[in-house]
Amino acid sequence: MRNPQLSADGSLQHLLTIEGLPREVLTRILDTAASFIGVTEREVKKVPLLRGKSIFNLFFEPSTRTRTTFEIAAKRLSADVINLNITLSSQSKGETLLDTVDNLSAMHADMFVVRHSSSGAPHLIASHVASHVHVINAGDGRHAHPTQGLLDIYTIRHYKNDFSGLSVAIVGDVMHSRVARSLIHALTTLGTPDVRIVGPRTLLPTGVEQLGVSVHHDMRAGLAGCDVVVMLRLQNERMKGPLLPSAQEYFKSYGLTAQKLALAKPDAIVMHPGPMNRGVEIDSSVADGPHSVILPQVTFGIAVRMAVMSILAGN
Amino acid sequence: MNLPDPEALCRELARKLRAGVTESTGLVGIRTGGAWLAERLHRELGLATPLGTLDISFYRDDFDAAGLHHQVKPSQIPFDVNGRHIVLVDDVLYTGRTVRAAMNELFDYGRPGKVELAALVDRGERQLPITAQYVGATLAVPAGRLLRLVRDERGGFSLSLSDAKPAA
Repeated sequence: MRNPQLSADGSLQHLLTIEGLPREVLTRILDTAASFIGVTEREVKKVPLLRGKSIFNLFFEPSTRTRTTFEIAAKRLSADVINLNITLSSQSKGETLLDTVDNLSAMHADMFVVRHSSSGAPHLIASHVASHVHVINAGDGRHAHPTQGLLDIYTIRHYKNDFSGLSVAIVGDVMHSRVARSLIHALTTLGTPDVRIVGPRTLLPTGVEQLGVSVHHDMRAGLAGCDVVVMLRLQNERMKGPLLPSAQEYFKSYGLTAQKLALAKPDAIVMHPGPMNRGVEIDSSVADGPHSVILPQVTFGIAVRMAVMSILAGN
Repeated sequence: MNLPDPEALCRELARKLRAGVTESTGLVGIRTGGAWLAERLHRELGLATPLGTLDISFYRDDFDAAGLHHQVKPSQIPFDVNGRHIVLVDDVLYTGRTVRAAMNELFDYGRPGKVELAALVDRGERQLPITAQYVGATLAVPAGRLLRLVRDERGGFSLSLSDAKPAA
């Protein structure tokens, strides 16, 4: 079956998931993003590429960072951005997802950036819109968060240059994490030889080894000698649910402290997709410490989203 | 058709530029051919200001038709543009659209004092009111053919004429 994100000639039409995207597509996005980094350091932080285009941010689920960085990215490309917080508007009046999209298409939308709590919602929209309209998945259910995965690999490439000798440990609630899923696909596509997932049995999906990763329940073994540590957010509802005894207990076993980080390589970097729970999955001394690249991730995220938007709009 | 020797044109261009530039002139090459040429000229003229490079992919006027260029490289202007004398450098001057895009990008770095243009070859057929102050040679090239500068691994220049769709 043809990848629904790619046109017949292999060009990217929508960004729905990293899974199944060829390595060249990922590399082109990273290379293009590198050129956008310079733009954001100039006197005028804008390029005229998407002048006259309308980009609709459709957020059916709350988000601050992702929505803001998509908005900044679109504005730096000179597009017009319209933010819709759908939980508060039409959906509460009973309008269906595709009716909402049809109405916005009638307002001449060129691109939709979609976040939805249901896996597959961006896919549904992509298969519904006219051929000149592009869809970017900004996080759908537990499925995928491809621009986060891309900014993660951009960050890793920025600090580590290439993936061929890297050990990357992804720690925490992999089971409920679309960030982890997207990152695992990106890392394996780019040929990372050692990807480890680390966490308690209750928070790791069964059969995850099939994605080409190794599984560790002991965090010390999982971090040993690794180049990159990616901490995942422990969502609030998990802290009280049946999967974990308590947040304090979780921190003891799987929270990243300076002591545990010392088991990784001396030049290891620490990443986190945000928002962080200090004292739950990560200790403040590490989050603010010399290994942390958590804030550069946010900055790189803008350039990566500019790259995705401009490649899609030009295809 | 007979193509001129780009090495000789480059010497000619350097000779003309020498009369027009000062220590503080900023040389800015347009990727890719213009950037190679600017690198050579910058060395031969011994300018104190570091060399700048523009990749105009984000400023092209044919984005809607052609999409984003496949190999975008970062632009680098390692000096303050404001008030400075700038010479844009390109290998082949044709429609003028590349130069317009380069000027638009340059102005997003600041407000230059004066902007001039140097081209190795001027092939005429302008579609915009743009002219070069420093030219290696003028050459009539049939429409629809692509003339561009090629650099070998030792840094030597040659000109290539092909049937590929000309870049705007």
